[in-house]
Amino acid sequence: MTVQLLAGQLLLGLINGSFYALLSMGLAIIFGLMNVVNFAHGAQYMIGAFTAWFLLTNFGVPYWAALVIAPLIVAALAMIMERLLLRPLSNLDHLYGLLATYAIALIVEGLVRQRYGATGIPYDSPIKGGVHLGFMFLPWYRLWVVLFSVVTCVGTWFLIEKTRLGAYLRAANEMPQIVESFGINVPKMITLTYGFGAGLAALSGVLAAPIYQVSPSMGSNVMIVVFAIVVIGGMGSISGAIITGYLLGIVEGLTKIVYPEGANMVVFVFMAAALMWRPDGMMKSN
Amino acid sequence: MNKTLLIAAVALVAALIAPVYIYPVLLMTILCFAIFASSFNLLLGYAGLLSFGHAMFFGTSAYITGYILKTTSISLELALIGGMLVSTVMAAIVGLLAIRRAGIQFAMITLAFSQFVYFVLLQAPFTGGENGMQGIPRNALFGLIDVKDSFHFYYVVLAVSALALFLFYRIVNSPFGEILRAIKDKEPRVESLGMKPEQFKYLAFVLSASLAGLAGALKATVFQFATLTDASWPISGEVILMTLLGGLGTLSGPMFGAAIVVILNDELAGLGEWALIAQGVILLVVIVFFRRGFVGEMAALLAKWKKPAAKTDAEATA
Repeated sequence: MTVQLLAGQLLLGLINGSFYALLSMGLAIIFGLMNVVNFAHGAQYMIGAFTAWFLLTNFGVPYWAALVIAPLIVAALAMIMERLLLRPLSNLDHLYGLLATYAIALIVEGLVRQRYGATGIPYDSPIKGGVHLGFMFLPWYRLWVVLFSVVTCVGTWFLIEKTRLGAYLRAANEMPQIVESFGINVPKMITLTYGFGAGLAALSGVLAAPIYQVSPSMGSNVMIVVFAIVVIGGMGSISGAIITGYLLGIVEGLTKIVYPEGANMVVFVFMAAALMWRPDGMMKSN
Repeated sequence: MNKTLLIAAVALVAALIAPVYIYPVLLMTILCFAIFASSFNLLLGYAGLLSFGHAMFFGTSAYITGYILKTTSISLELALIGGMLVSTVMAAIVGLLAIRRAGIQFAMITLAFSQFVYFVLLQAPFTGGENGMQGIPRNALFGLIDVKDSFHFYYVVLAVSALALFLFYRIVNSPFGEILRAIKDKEPRVESLGMKPEQFKYLAFVLSASLAGLAGALKATVFQFATLTDASWPISGEVILMTLLGGLGTLSGPMFGAAIVVILNDELAGLGEWALIAQGVILLVVIVFFRRGFVGEMAALLAKWKKPAAKTDAEATA
């Protein structure tokens, strides 16, 4: 009994952690370059899932195509939003950026709920079946989610921390004027980065659709947990966000075995502890 | 000065006769949220700290006050104070941790803590979980005055609100309030004068939370129930909207903001999600076009109207 239970909850934690990692990484990237706390991240995640469902039911677009199309659509919408809304606010106090994205999230979630209702809509898993590991049954789709998430996280981390493009991004965060004087179009880079972060959220949304149900509140529910994770990992630290995301997903899963009532609180307890012991974030060495 | 007194006198008279014409519960709701928005205004408008978790103080205090009234027969004002005390202690703990991170992270941390409090309230045995706490009695005020009738109770709520707003006025116009504003403008300068901005921010947070607690406690006695909604993050968002819409950093702004949003919610109550959507749209419009809020814009208009030539003056005073 214990092995099955442990393995089952570990897998569940790893699945949740995969989404936490993807979402908090996107938040960290956007915050790192723009100093905007993207409150619409949850809404963008939810729209990603809804777009996949909408494409499937209305046009018969399969999951694999939606995995590409939905993030592109959301990224395009997000880039328009950045140009029209966030850029004019960018030279004000950063809290206006947060509040503007919050307002967008409120409107988007409200409209979707008004149109499609509050109940979750199931989305069929594109990979059926699984494998018996002796102590547990592992559905292929779940394995795919974990692998895909790890590859995406590591790939993005590599892109930003180890390539020339990433170096431009990081430099533009520190000294935008100087980077511009080297002939790099910083405003365009910001627009693309916001689109990329939002696209990542939508990608996570499509990935999540077959596991959790597609529902208007799926984004705002996960959002607050992701905020706590970003705070623990250290604001703007990409590796911190990824590692903390996976770890806390697993911690949450394990808590379900020991103390089920505390599972949805444990992340916040960790945040309080992190604020006490590592006030600058787990990954901040400076 | 005389003009201010006149306005205050007119407002007082209007407030006194209002329940004859308007449903008292609606008026009391506006007053509760006016206190709540003022408490938020103290923090964001004066200290520049954005709390995205103020519902935790509002909601917890509502539950505590309700629980005291349901289980004991002590007088009403003590129950209100009990709710306030608990939210004050809560803020003293949360504040210690949240104040450690500067700027925008404060919003995320307070939001996360308020979600934690939400889950605690969901599972705590005394709150009634998803059903909420029903049938909170209005015990007699000072153990003597019967306030079961909403028309009578309105005057109690009005008096408490007036007291709370007076307190707010004294806080922001005290040397402490001046220091808060200075921190908002230029924190390093305050630090260079030998003061510790962290301590002042912390105190502002705790004071703000106890005012928010008062608002929640009153709300529980007005509606005679407390629910998880009171402690949920949409309420934290709503109080932000009220304050920004009314006018950040102004004395009367949050009252106008609270009145507008409460009436709007009341009007749109039967229309599903449209109340929330409308809130989002209004918040967006305020952020993009009217960052001074209702009162700020009115003051600017008035100044412009008085002195059409001195356009820059209006900008400066607003």
